[in-house]
Amino acid sequence: MTDKYTTLVNQGLGKNIAKRLGLPQPALLRRYKPGQPLTNGPVLVQGNTAGADELAATLLSWDLDVRRHAVPREKLGAIILVLDELSRPEDLEKPVLSAASSLRDLGPNARVVTISRPAAESPSPAQAAARQGVDGFLRSLAKELRAGATANGILLADGVQSTAPSALAALRFFLSGRSAFVDGQFLTVSSAEGHLPGDFEKPLAGKVAVVTGAARGIGAAIARTLHRDGATLVLVDIPGAGDHLAAVANEVRGTALQLDISTENAGQRIIDHAVQRHGRLDIVIHNAGITRDKLLANMDHARWSSVLNINIAAQLRINEALLASEHFRDSPRIVSVASTSGIAGNRGQTNYAASKSGVMGMVRASAPGLAGHGGTINAVAPGFIETDMTARIPFAVREVGRRLNSLQQGGQPSDVAEAIAFLASDAAGGINGDVLRVCGQNLVGA
Amino acid sequence: MSVNGQSNNGPHEFASPTTSGAARPVRGAVIVGGNRIPFARSGGAYTKSSNQDMLTAALDGLIARFGLQEERIGEVAAGAVLKHSRDFNLTREAVLGSALSAETPAYDLQQACATGLETVLGLANKIKLGQIDSAIAGGVDSASDAPIAVSEGLREVLLDLNRAKTLPQRLQVLSRLRPKDLAPDAPSTGEPRTGLSMGEHQALTTAQWNISREAQDELAFNSHRNLAAAYDAGFFDDLLTPYRGLARDSNLRADTTLEKLATLKPVFGKNLGAEATMTAGNSTPLTDGASTVLLASEDWADAHDLPKLATVVDGEAAAVDFVHGKDGLLMAPAFAVPRLLARNGLTLDDFDFFEIHEAFAGTVLSTLAAWEDEEFGRTRLGLDGAFGSIDRTKLNVNGSSLAAGHPFAATGGRIVASLAKMLQAKGTVDGRPARGLISICAAGGQGVVAILEAL
Repeated sequence: MTDKYTTLVNQGLGKNIAKRLGLPQPALLRRYKPGQPLTNGPVLVQGNTAGADELAATLLSWDLDVRRHAVPREKLGAIILVLDELSRPEDLEKPVLSAASSLRDLGPNARVVTISRPAAESPSPAQAAARQGVDGFLRSLAKELRAGATANGILLADGVQSTAPSALAALRFFLSGRSAFVDGQFLTVSSAEGHLPGDFEKPLAGKVAVVTGAARGIGAAIARTLHRDGATLVLVDIPGAGDHLAAVANEVRGTALQLDISTENAGQRIIDHAVQRHGRLDIVIHNAGITRDKLLANMDHARWSSVLNINIAAQLRINEALLASEHFRDSPRIVSVASTSGIAGNRGQTNYAASKSGVMGMVRASAPGLAGHGGTINAVAPGFIETDMTARIPFAVREVGRRLNSLQQGGQPSDVAEAIAFLASDAAGGINGDVLRVCGQNLVGA
Repeated sequence: MSVNGQSNNGPHEFASPTTSGAARPVRGAVIVGGNRIPFARSGGAYTKSSNQDMLTAALDGLIARFGLQEERIGEVAAGAVLKHSRDFNLTREAVLGSALSAETPAYDLQQACATGLETVLGLANKIKLGQIDSAIAGGVDSASDAPIAVSEGLREVLLDLNRAKTLPQRLQVLSRLRPKDLAPDAPSTGEPRTGLSMGEHQALTTAQWNISREAQDELAFNSHRNLAAAYDAGFFDDLLTPYRGLARDSNLRADTTLEKLATLKPVFGKNLGAEATMTAGNSTPLTDGASTVLLASEDWADAHDLPKLATVVDGEAAAVDFVHGKDGLLMAPAFAVPRLLARNGLTLDDFDFFEIHEAFAGTVLSTLAAWEDEEFGRTRLGLDGAFGSIDRTKLNVNGSSLAAGHPFAATGGRIVASLAKMLQAKGTVDGRPARGLISICAAGGQGVVAILEAL
């Protein structure tokens, strides 16, 4: 549910007053619903490389209204800036400035997506500078956009084409309402693995997915989103949350597994349940997590160890069982929920931030092991999300936390779920070991 | 998820007939699993929950555990002992409020505390006969939300008032009303034919069989200790779904001791002349709760990729003439078990688990004493001597009603699901499937007992 302030400043008198007083005016974000068009209007593809041409052709085949040149005063749904052949910083100017002249034509909830290459792989300092330049450019542009518009980037590893499956899938994700609360972020496509779904409305059809911590909040939203996208679900939560878990399971027609993920054999029990009851296991979403906040000076063993054990040690143990299982070898997907706390740090959360940083370290290090079976492991790092947990934060602190991002509002649990569903799809097979922030470009952190 | 007609969600699909009528062979009925809500002491967490609320919650937990959403189950049977007249279709209403297909038929059944076990046996028989392929058995009771009736005098006046046609007639009817008619008529556990409460009846039996206070307290202590250990081991993780903030049975006292139990004052049998031995500690409290059990044919369970824990082998009901004092009110299982075992060619030595419902510690101990008594065996059971004794280490190993509480109709489902899980874990013993015996006594001098076997 959109917060009350955002609702207020989007209608009638409230809208007027906020405008006159110069108060923040968070937009009502366009969120994905099945059947919704990919963009709100024509898509302008800028850039004159072969990659740009091929991409434009593919977009046309999706029945998008594609422009290679801006039509003055025509409202645009998106601008795609193809920068896949930069060799010197000077190469940035022409495409960037021609995009600039179209910025005022962007409609509400429009999208800007850059497609470039990672600086780390550059053969020369000049090329690295040009490639890295896209990073600062994109993040700054994201902060300039208004009315729910976002800017995100796709980094194609050298040798990966702009029309590789995961490049196209990432582009669709960024263009669509699925990425409503993702802003100023990059996704790296490291290989041409993965394949696009036959039905873009059911990208997870035929998949069996496990979601931990599924009884409420973000976990329940993940369950609903994966179900909507066609997956069959196994929902896991601690026995004490079983009533909420059952309600979610009955809503998404999955099976409830009451299990403490920190028990020694949790991984095997998850595999056994999925295989016995649903015949297979394709996707595991590590969402379960706890907070036990305390300043480090007041930290004790119970608070530290419970957070580290549940938030990271349990994931490591379960992953070990998954990787050892013959049932988890058909393009498996693991997606972990990290946190912007683990990137930027948060006062009173040394234990939680350590565990969530740990998740990101684990994801990067586990990627090669998954790649062997055509699999991937990635993480999603949520920023301020409107949940029961954040609703308990004192009003003033909550208000600051929720407005301190480029979209001036908190995200919804479904925003996190959309990013996870995307990374869990077959089409995202070329994205491995990556961390995607879902934070509305939170002003703290990277 | 759909192989034959029964399992289909399609509106009008039928099982293809294999054999018709009398020629159809009897097949097995298996227990897939169960779900209950934690049992709450009366006046506690479920004070504001109705029987329908609790039964629906237990059903929804079962549906979630086994992925039965929108499934058309062959039949659902459940019941309650304390039942409002408006709940004439309690089970069907609970089904309609659950995530099951609305095309799932249901019926209510009532056999006092044996209600839950009798729903299991009745539905298992339907499965064995091929009438249905899947079923959910259950039971629920609320001592907190018990029905309160108006007095007989007020009821007659109200009915006559409804039939009166003119104002003078109505006034005439109303003039019959007396102040005492306005007192409500609350339900009690008293036996209509003797006026004695169940506890007083058991006190007679306990004294008759010379059951000591220490033995009763020890049984109660073991019940609490075993149930607490079962919770700690995660035994109930796939048998129970929390409800209204409760994740464990609220009657469970994990820290109770024999010393503490010994300090409790007797509450029943204080006027018998003999020493009163029955306390609140070795008697079950009034309890609220609900339980469900998923039953199926083996084919249905296989087609739905569901576990098969145990089979329902056989069951037997018995009743005693307690009115004339021939036998104790709760002693019917002492007769039902020998008959059931004889029919199946078994002795007490052939069992790995005994689940004897702990209405009172004295009930369990009186039953065991009767079986060990030579004279009872000869004169009452018609045997050559004593019926036999059981290995006490096999008795109620994960706790029973003294610790968990006893929402009358829900106890059968609790025991069946727990025993089925224990049997599956045990597997085989000396080359035969692990075997368990269930014994449940009931008001009216009745008892229902059953045999389950691991698959």
